[in-house]
Amino acid sequence: MARYDAIIIGAGMSGLSAGIRLAMFDKKVLILERHNIPGGLNSYYHKKGRPFDVGLHALTNYAPKNARGAPLTKLLRQLRIPWDALRLCEQHGSEVRFPDVRLRFTNDFEVLRQQVHAAFPHAADRFDAFVRFVREYDDVSLDAPQVAARPVLEEKLGDPLLIEMLFCPVMLYGSAVEDDMELGQFCTMFKSIFLEGFARPEGGVRTIIKLLRDKYLELGGELKMKRGVRRILEEDGRVTGVEVEKVTGADAHVEALPPGEDAVLEAPVVISSAGYLETLALIEGATRPTDDEFPVGKLSYMETILVLDRQPRDLGIDQTIVFFNDSPRFHYRAAEDYADLRSGVICASNNFAHVTDPLPEGILRVTSLASWDRWSALARPEPYASVKQRWHDAQVDALLRYVPDVRPNVVFSDCFTPRTVHHFTRHLRGAIYGAPKKVRTGLTPLNGLFICGTDQGFLGIIGSMLSGISIANARVLQPAAQGASHASS
Amino acid sequence: MQATDISQAILDIIASIAPDEDLSDVKPSVRLRDQLDLDSMDFLDIVMELRKRYGVEVPEEDYPKLATLDSCVEYLTPLMAGK
Repeated sequence: MARYDAIIIGAGMSGLSAGIRLAMFDKKVLILERHNIPGGLNSYYHKKGRPFDVGLHALTNYAPKNARGAPLTKLLRQLRIPWDALRLCEQHGSEVRFPDVRLRFTNDFEVLRQQVHAAFPHAADRFDAFVRFVREYDDVSLDAPQVAARPVLEEKLGDPLLIEMLFCPVMLYGSAVEDDMELGQFCTMFKSIFLEGFARPEGGVRTIIKLLRDKYLELGGELKMKRGVRRILEEDGRVTGVEVEKVTGADAHVEALPPGEDAVLEAPVVISSAGYLETLALIEGATRPTDDEFPVGKLSYMETILVLDRQPRDLGIDQTIVFFNDSPRFHYRAAEDYADLRSGVICASNNFAHVTDPLPEGILRVTSLASWDRWSALARPEPYASVKQRWHDAQVDALLRYVPDVRPNVVFSDCFTPRTVHHFTRHLRGAIYGAPKKVRTGLTPLNGLFICGTDQGFLGIIGSMLSGISIANARVLQPAAQGASHASS
Repeated sequence: MQATDISQAILDIIASIAPDEDLSDVKPSVRLRDQLDLDSMDFLDIVMELRKRYGVEVPEEDYPKLATLDSCVEYLTPLMAGK
């Protein structure tokens, strides 16, 4: 029977990062991934010969090479990946757009600061004080107390419109909670979007995934694709391993393992990036927390991707990312209809400085909150396909409130729904950012079973990688280092 | 191992942890943390690399003894004798 020091569930950014850390220090590690492509929430696919990304619009937490103390610097060190390997292209400039106020921002925080001072002169000093507060807030410790952000913003900023305009991008890019956020998570996202900023790895998300995968394999880590976990095995409250199943095709069909392949794999440590409730559901006989104790995430997205016959700039679209909302109040709730087109995110993937290879075609993406209940109730292929076409068109109409008419220039388009998010992530209800409660410590009711990734609660691309690193360090490497030194002293 | 070898061994470890750092001018008597932006996560890596490469165990209470290159040499000389 195959035995490992650790088994990791999911080859997304957090799982691959945890795997790199463990393999780096000579642990025998196996990562199991249900799909035939790694990446999880931030993955990629090909359609009609074109490469597309899922998830990632931009990498947040941009920092220049060797920026002292920056999350990106820490992350690259921990993974021993040189900064240049990410081939980061900085954004041109982005915008939060409400009916009467627009706030532009770039990777130079001073731009946003001046915009806020000009649009909200009465709140200028309070904004500066608030930014100092955010900078100093300890949002990375694994055992920080959980506090709601909204009351803190109301007390410190006062102006309701400014609060909504700051919440809009921060929530859309990472909140698993309706109309609010945990304060630490708010600070993490605020820093990553406004104080640090956006960049795109040249080549898109596959550049990062490929780097992580290659590094992991080079260190001797094992990766099995199309292998899901049927059960997590335990004995007397301690994890002992997993039972594996073979997964194939777009419908995640489960079939028998090839002859000779072990179904049961043993390991004293299992790190799961499948989500907290999703992980508990894999433990036979485990009681699932009630919806009051640990609610399922409600927020999911649909996205339309337009391929254009020219660069967005040539059509008058200069911004990199636009966060829009059509009224003074921003509603961040599960959509009642198939999608809630009152707000959303527009990303022009071309509008990043390019290092060597500009994207050959124009790419515009528009993303909005969407309803899991409605999308998941549709039979496939019909009426799912025609409803999807209808909402694709509605999402393009929403886009046209903010950009010139690009329809004559569209050469191809694609669309994903909460079902697609569910397919790639296996998150319950296609909840893009997982459950509203986060398990910062990574601990579960089983000894030796830890979670990393979305439900551990570090947000964004950099956050997801730091999540895998932190859990591998805190739960496996540190105890081993200290255990060994105690034994020898 | 000689003092200069130990010093180089530490620099080699730091170079692998922080490939983007310039290590050409590290002052042996100044705290590494002050000249190189190393945090506690990085120090854990130095300790783990010492174990991996040289079989040297550094107990947690001795981490402060790795503060400068000089103090590393002083602390590690007896531990790395014959390695």
